[in-house]
Amino acid sequence: MTPPKSPRRVRRSTLAPYLFLAPFFAMFAVFWVYPIAYSFVLSFLNTRRRPWTFDPDFNWGRLVQDEFFWNALQNTMIILVVQVPLMLAFATLLAVAFGSDLLKAKGFFRFAFFAPLVLGAVPYSAVFRLIFNEQYGILNFGLTSIGLPSVPWLFESTPALITIMIAMTWRWTGYNAIILLSGLQSIPLALYEAAKIDGAGPLQRFFRITIPMLRPVLLFTFVLSTIGTLQLFTEPWLITNTGPGNATETLVTYLYKQGFRSFNFGYASAIAYTVAIIAAIFSLLQIRLVGGREVDR
Amino acid sequence: MSRTRLLQSIALHAVMLPLALLFLLPIVWMLIAATLPNNEILAAPPTLLPGVHLAENWRELNNDLNFTRAVVNSVGISIIFTVTATLVAAMSGYAFAKFRFAGRGILFTIVIAALTIPFEVRAIPQYLLVARDLGLGNTWWAIILPWLAYPLGVFFMRQNMLSVPSDLLEAARIDGAGEMRIFAQIVLPIMRPALAAVAIVLFLFQWNDYFWPLLILSQKDAYTIPVALGTLVGLTRVSWGGIMVGTAIATLPFLILFLWLQRYFIAGITAGAIKD
Repeated sequence: MTPPKSPRRVRRSTLAPYLFLAPFFAMFAVFWVYPIAYSFVLSFLNTRRRPWTFDPDFNWGRLVQDEFFWNALQNTMIILVVQVPLMLAFATLLAVAFGSDLLKAKGFFRFAFFAPLVLGAVPYSAVFRLIFNEQYGILNFGLTSIGLPSVPWLFESTPALITIMIAMTWRWTGYNAIILLSGLQSIPLALYEAAKIDGAGPLQRFFRITIPMLRPVLLFTFVLSTIGTLQLFTEPWLITNTGPGNATETLVTYLYKQGFRSFNFGYASAIAYTVAIIAAIFSLLQIRLVGGREVDR
Repeated sequence: MSRTRLLQSIALHAVMLPLALLFLLPIVWMLIAATLPNNEILAAPPTLLPGVHLAENWRELNNDLNFTRAVVNSVGISIIFTVTATLVAAMSGYAFAKFRFAGRGILFTIVIAALTIPFEVRAIPQYLLVARDLGLGNTWWAIILPWLAYPLGVFFMRQNMLSVPSDLLEAARIDGAGEMRIFAQIVLPIMRPALAAVAIVLFLFQWNDYFWPLLILSQKDAYTIPVALGTLVGLTRVSWGGIMVGTAIATLPFLILFLWLQRYFIAGITAGAIKD
């Protein structure tokens, strides 16, 4: 680098980046930093009566004992532990299928599996509520017409949870498959050629080459899906109305009820911070578990 | 060899085809149901062919609430938001990629860290700020402002801006062009594909966003499409035909756009996954 030739140029190039960043960080300060900090403060306030007073035990103490909170946490965790791994396994297989030259009519398949990702949570939840209707839904019509029993999808606890998981899988599998496919395409073909020469079969190549090489991308999709599932709101809110009973209550539907039905801002903030803390723990854990073993590269 | 490959290919399609049809079913049923009267949607067996009730369903949709107004709100909000937020992201991305300055590392780390922060931690103070302190409840700005700082957009633009040749910028500077002019007349035009990808992601995000608009919008005339549809889904006596017309309006433009601009959609989706 040659030293700047005139003082004017120095000033310009030192100020310019800050000016370019100013709009983002101005908005960031108002709509990110301030709310995040104030939410933390709120979680320690008794907001049930005015004036709001400092009472650290009021919300956090209640949270620990609140059976509705634990139920919401449990439901969220069940969905997380069951749906995310199944969906990502499915997405991985889908990505492999799309990467294979055995698959023809790729345009059609791409539309079928990737189109759901342009649908908003509300429109697709509306469609799923209609499809999973016990009496009139076309799903039960399809099941009974091939001789299977009709399922009370929205009226019993376990089927209701399964409905939510099916809906999420429909919406997000293609999204993850696209990300995994981009990871798949960056694996050097020479690795597969070499394995073939060494006599490795397709299954061996999948488990010994594809999965290990895909690990960083898989980790990324795991973290993304985990954070997304912890924030699950629209599907249980609209498809099952968080029911039957509280069977599909999630952390965020419970937060919404506390914050914007009961207007208990302090308690809702404590729930919000719980969501954020769990998201952070899961992200770190997954990075350690999956990323930590990464030796190549 | 080619015989086994053929068999493998047939087996693959035998699995993929039914799955693909199953995946298409919700979209197909949405489009069919939009054209059927309620009693044919909620019938056993249901009518599985398109009907002629589309216009009637549209009328019913507008009976329950002013859906036309919701469409206007959604279009207006999404366009203003997309243009502004894309510009904000491009400017920041440019600064991070093409300038060296004190604090760059820390500021960029903050942007990355923000990617993992759930919106819920911002929701309540932001609600108090926008509705109570700023008095913006039920306005377009209530929806537009809080997401103008969109960290993923900055990250994506920064990754793409790295490819802008520094020599080009230096040459322009020697010619005496101002920094703003360089950005507007040299950087933005080269970045058109990346800008398109970010714009699609931002538009889709805003068009579909539900949680924040649900919190901040309480008047029917201010509703966006998702909030309006969400309200209808919750009613006890609903016109499902009407709701399906609404969902079709909310999704059909993007399904068509997706077929046409797949490349940009996919670039936008894989944005976060691109490794340094």
